[in-house]
Amino acid sequence: MNATAERAPALPTRATPRDSVRAWPLRDQVGYFLAWGAGLALIAIAGSIVAYMAYRGAQYFDLSLLFESPNAEIDQSASGGFKDPLIGTAMLLVMSTLIAAPLGVAIAVWLTEYGRPAGLARAVESAIEIVAGTPSIVLAMFGLILFQEWFGFLTFDAEGSTLGRSFIAASAMMSLIALPLVVGATRESLNAIPRHVREASYALGKTKAATIRRVLLPAARPGIGTGAALGMGRVAGDTAIVVILLGSTLQIINGGDGDVFGLFRGTGSTLTSYVYLNSPAGEGLAPEKAYFAAFVLMCLVIVLNFAVTRLARGRKPQWTR
Amino acid sequence: MFNPAQPGFWSDRRVERLLGAVACLVLLLIVGMIAFVFAKAWPSFAHNGLAWFGGGGDLDRQLEDIFNSPSNPADYVYELRAWPLLWGTFVVTAGAVLIGIVFSLFAAIFIVEFAPPRVAGLLEPVVRLLAAVPSVVYGLIGILVIVPWVGEHLISLERKESVANVIQLDGSSIGVGIMILTIMIVPIMIAIVVDALRAVPRSWTEGASALGVNRWRVTWSIVVRTARPAIVAAAVLATARALGEAIMLSMVSGSASFAPNPIDGITFLFEPTRPLASALVENVEGLTVVPFGQTLFAFAAVLLVSSMFLSLAGFVAKQSMRKYGVQP
Repeated sequence: MNATAERAPALPTRATPRDSVRAWPLRDQVGYFLAWGAGLALIAIAGSIVAYMAYRGAQYFDLSLLFESPNAEIDQSASGGFKDPLIGTAMLLVMSTLIAAPLGVAIAVWLTEYGRPAGLARAVESAIEIVAGTPSIVLAMFGLILFQEWFGFLTFDAEGSTLGRSFIAASAMMSLIALPLVVGATRESLNAIPRHVREASYALGKTKAATIRRVLLPAARPGIGTGAALGMGRVAGDTAIVVILLGSTLQIINGGDGDVFGLFRGTGSTLTSYVYLNSPAGEGLAPEKAYFAAFVLMCLVIVLNFAVTRLARGRKPQWTR
Repeated sequence: MFNPAQPGFWSDRRVERLLGAVACLVLLLIVGMIAFVFAKAWPSFAHNGLAWFGGGGDLDRQLEDIFNSPSNPADYVYELRAWPLLWGTFVVTAGAVLIGIVFSLFAAIFIVEFAPPRVAGLLEPVVRLLAAVPSVVYGLIGILVIVPWVGEHLISLERKESVANVIQLDGSSIGVGIMILTIMIVPIMIAIVVDALRAVPRSWTEGASALGVNRWRVTWSIVVRTARPAIVAAAVLATARALGEAIMLSMVSGSASFAPNPIDGITFLFEPTRPLASALVENVEGLTVVPFGQTLFAFAAVLLVSSMFLSLAGFVAKQSMRKYGVQP
């Protein structure tokens, strides 16, 4: 203590004692401790959720469940696992991202780089904002009618009656959930590119289109990735759209003659609908399996979120000093 | 001719038109969705008039009558008094947002101003984790753990008997719904408020500190005050999110078409209810019955209008921080 004090250059001494929480008026102290309390409560809540799900996941841990198709049986030994829901989740993730990412990037590029006429750009902006706030259940109902009445050929055909249910319908509506996230993240990273980068590209004789493709989009790649991963997290976790647009079947049912298109036209389930339908709120057939499925689902979502963190850090673009 | 591989095909004008067309397509889809939902919902509103929003009668019975209405379009039944659903939605949403905004304001202050760096570093993934947990997982924990616990330990037998002839108290209740919904919307609010608090210029707080104001006062009277628009925006956007929460609430709120009465005191918190969005999830099987489907679309329209209004209001509220020269 003394040694460091001697070595340090002469600092101006404090006129007043150090600001300590104990010296504050009571009102301020209360606020301070409330803030601490809120922060610690947050950690405690998240910790207990993770711990509880991990405990249940470990309790009902059974890898073979991942490779068995589910059956609607009351007998737990015969009710199978959740291979189909896993495949369904993967299909929805891939298909909705394939729809949402190109659309989202196109809209973001148009909004930041062109945005003419301004009124139209504002309208598109507000529409994206509205879609971001629309409850997924409303999107699902819209999708059901849309695919029932107009795009019936893309949906599952149950003995001649069109129900408006299929993986295509579900992923089309899911992509609307992911879209605002992709647009937002892409716009943010496009806006972060300094003006002089674009000007340098024009000075080299590149057209605006070439600049977008060769300069801006590569630079915005981490942002696009972040948006897509965020969107995938939301898609993986959404239940309302799945329950409505895939129905309450647990197995994947091919909607055609067994080909790939039939698979897309068919219905099935995802991890979220599996959890929902197996909880007491649905049929309540297998709460233990619902726990394990929920655990797997949570792991998936957490992994997607780590991907977001990694992508958001990304490489520093070369023009930052 | 049309040959995308040819050099010079992707001229600026073409690219602009193509991208603009994509944007317009999505705009059209969204406008179409709004128009479509309203067109579908119209008969239900038109038949009931303003009484649609009022109370009266047994909602379950009305829904059943609508579901079983004759197949002749002239004889469709539309009689509906949706008050219990609206009231349930309002109570649960307002409760969660009010508790949530206070909680997340303090949590955000903690993260930005007071947390030791290590704790703050831990809180960032914690908030993100809470935001990422799917609602069905919250619902599962709610229905299998919290609801039975509340039903066994928090609701006394006398309390159950006191309302036994009106409604059954089994634990699935407004209180549990509000509690879990609060946990679900708090991360959204914290994220917005933290960003706003961080955006307050350092020199302002340093100026106040130099005048001898303590750290809490600096935070409360300068940082939080500057961030007020963001706090409003956080509350508004979280409200939009809470309104649309269907799955978790349908799992824990008891799904009874019942308008709980605040006069009941604490019992009020233990009474079941059914918000609009959950009513949609639970009844969606009947969408193919024309008048019933139109009634459901009327529910959806109410949700859509409220969430549209809230998203735009949140957008505007966020913008107003710019007047201080602070980028939100």
